[in-house]
Amino acid sequence: MQAETTSQAVSNLIHPKKKSKLSHVWTELKKNKHYYLLMSPYMLIFFTFTVIPVVFSLILSFFYFNMLEFPRFVGWQNYSRLFLNDDIFMIALKNTFIFAIITGPVSYIACFFFAWVINELSPKIRAVMTLIFYAPAISGNVFFIWLIVFSGDRYGYLNGFLIKFGFILEPIQWLTNEKYILMIVMIVQLWLSLGTSFLAFIAGLQTIDRTLIEAGVVDGIKNRWQELWFITLPSMRPQLLFGAVLQITGSLAVADITIALAGFPSVNYAAHTIVTHLMDYGTIRFEMGYASAIATVLFGIMIGTNKLTQKLLRKVGE
Amino acid sequence: MMTVFRTTKRLNRSFTVSFILFAFLAVFGAFMVLPLLYAVNNAFKPLDELFIFPPRFFVNNPTLDNFYDLVALMGNSWVPLSRYIANTLLITLIGTVGHILLASAAAYPLAKYQFLGSKTLFSIVVLSLMFSGHVTAIPNYMVMSWLGWINTHASIIVPSLAFPLGLFLMKQFMEQLPTALLEAAKIDGASEYRIYWSIVMPNVKPAWLTLMILQFPMLWGTDGGSFIYSENLKTLHYALGQITLGGIARAGVGAAVALILMVVPITLFVISQSSVIQTMATSGMKE
Repeated sequence: MQAETTSQAVSNLIHPKKKSKLSHVWTELKKNKHYYLLMSPYMLIFFTFTVIPVVFSLILSFFYFNMLEFPRFVGWQNYSRLFLNDDIFMIALKNTFIFAIITGPVSYIACFFFAWVINELSPKIRAVMTLIFYAPAISGNVFFIWLIVFSGDRYGYLNGFLIKFGFILEPIQWLTNEKYILMIVMIVQLWLSLGTSFLAFIAGLQTIDRTLIEAGVVDGIKNRWQELWFITLPSMRPQLLFGAVLQITGSLAVADITIALAGFPSVNYAAHTIVTHLMDYGTIRFEMGYASAIATVLFGIMIGTNKLTQKLLRKVGE
Repeated sequence: MMTVFRTTKRLNRSFTVSFILFAFLAVFGAFMVLPLLYAVNNAFKPLDELFIFPPRFFVNNPTLDNFYDLVALMGNSWVPLSRYIANTLLITLIGTVGHILLASAAAYPLAKYQFLGSKTLFSIVVLSLMFSGHVTAIPNYMVMSWLGWINTHASIIVPSLAFPLGLFLMKQFMEQLPTALLEAAKIDGASEYRIYWSIVMPNVKPAWLTLMILQFPMLWGTDGGSFIYSENLKTLHYALGQITLGGIARAGVGAAVALILMVVPITLFVISQSSVIQTMATSGMKE
């Protein structure tokens, strides 16, 4: 009897509260309707072309879908085929990792290093040097210049140079030789990769509080390396994180450059990456479910690597 | 030489180390800039110089022939050059201006107010910075075909309006605006839309330029991707691809188009450089 009344009282207590919570949400929404309205155009497009496709891709990765027949549910089959039966995916995975492990950190460190040295120049020269390092990233499709440099005949710059000085007698087919192709793609990617994160680093360096450095000198900082580790890097942590996210994402998604330089597909898949594999199944073979599984794996790798890097970067300067 | 460096102003600097660091900078700077200089030189080379052996870097007898040839060639072709230029300009201008407007409108409430869902929405945007557009390429194509946007400029322009990096940088920049300024306007009876348009927007001009310099090269360099098939809707970059496929006879014209494509974004960056760096200074990732 006692218990019954208590539970009734409790439910009475909960019930109106629940109602008020809903109405609270409603008043919140109404009160802030201007904000929602301001955000709506952007969010509508963002959800339609970014969020929904990601969710859709996740769902589709469990289906067989060829754009003509109705999708058929196949469970984990796409994934098991991807990891167990697809040798080319393994090549793509290996290439992407080799690529990301080398170009990712190298270009990240290069972005920081050049920004750091440029920051010590006088303002006018600093502006010129910033432009020089940033220009390749925005000059868009000028990387076809590298096709001329690495061209396989003797008019190619590298071949012409090597023949002229007697290093080689016959021109080397740089872009169709498995031995060189991945390396060349990496060089060109590095050339292009001093982009947004490089600018963010330059900006970060300019906002460092000068008094911090002076205080550091009083506290016994002896050289620029100590200044770098104890003052510069910790003060720039937000920009370092931002840059890391952009660099990792960029180096894992490499595809346009390999296609432009090495062709699609490249000789013996020597420059095949996860994204070119995705394009192969998505735009040529029309196996949408399988391509979505590839996209989902790539998505997972990108988010995972980013989270890991963010954890590592939090330790800088400690 | 010493006037170049600020070594005199800084403590704890050894000259040797400075010298080594700047030597590094010079070597890699050359690596960065030489291909671009080469592209510029190529555009002014007469045909016989383009195919000389051993290949030469600098132009000996600069000529404007390549540019005349380009105009002549494109004047005779099925789709005139002006059409490609108009398409590229249309996509780039609408895409860039629209992005700045929409991203700022969305960034203002996120930067200055807390309301139901604001944190979630922003963290979704931050999360989407962490993956590349390639992940969504296939579902995007399906969305486009459902909307009936295949083979229209909208398929290139509309998705670019909601570029996540733009919203992110704009929001970080807007957080610096003094709240008192917005409150004063509110007391004076301004609506949120009016505050956004007449107070917030004029105060974030540096961030506009940043969004522009990030968005512009992307759209300027687009070839229509997998969405545009009609020849008369294609862009300048696509035309460049067609010309370079034309082989030896077109090599000079290809170099001329490449120069045109390259010069525009670089010029824009030169103009907007200091504002861009000012915005990037606020680009912290917060969790």
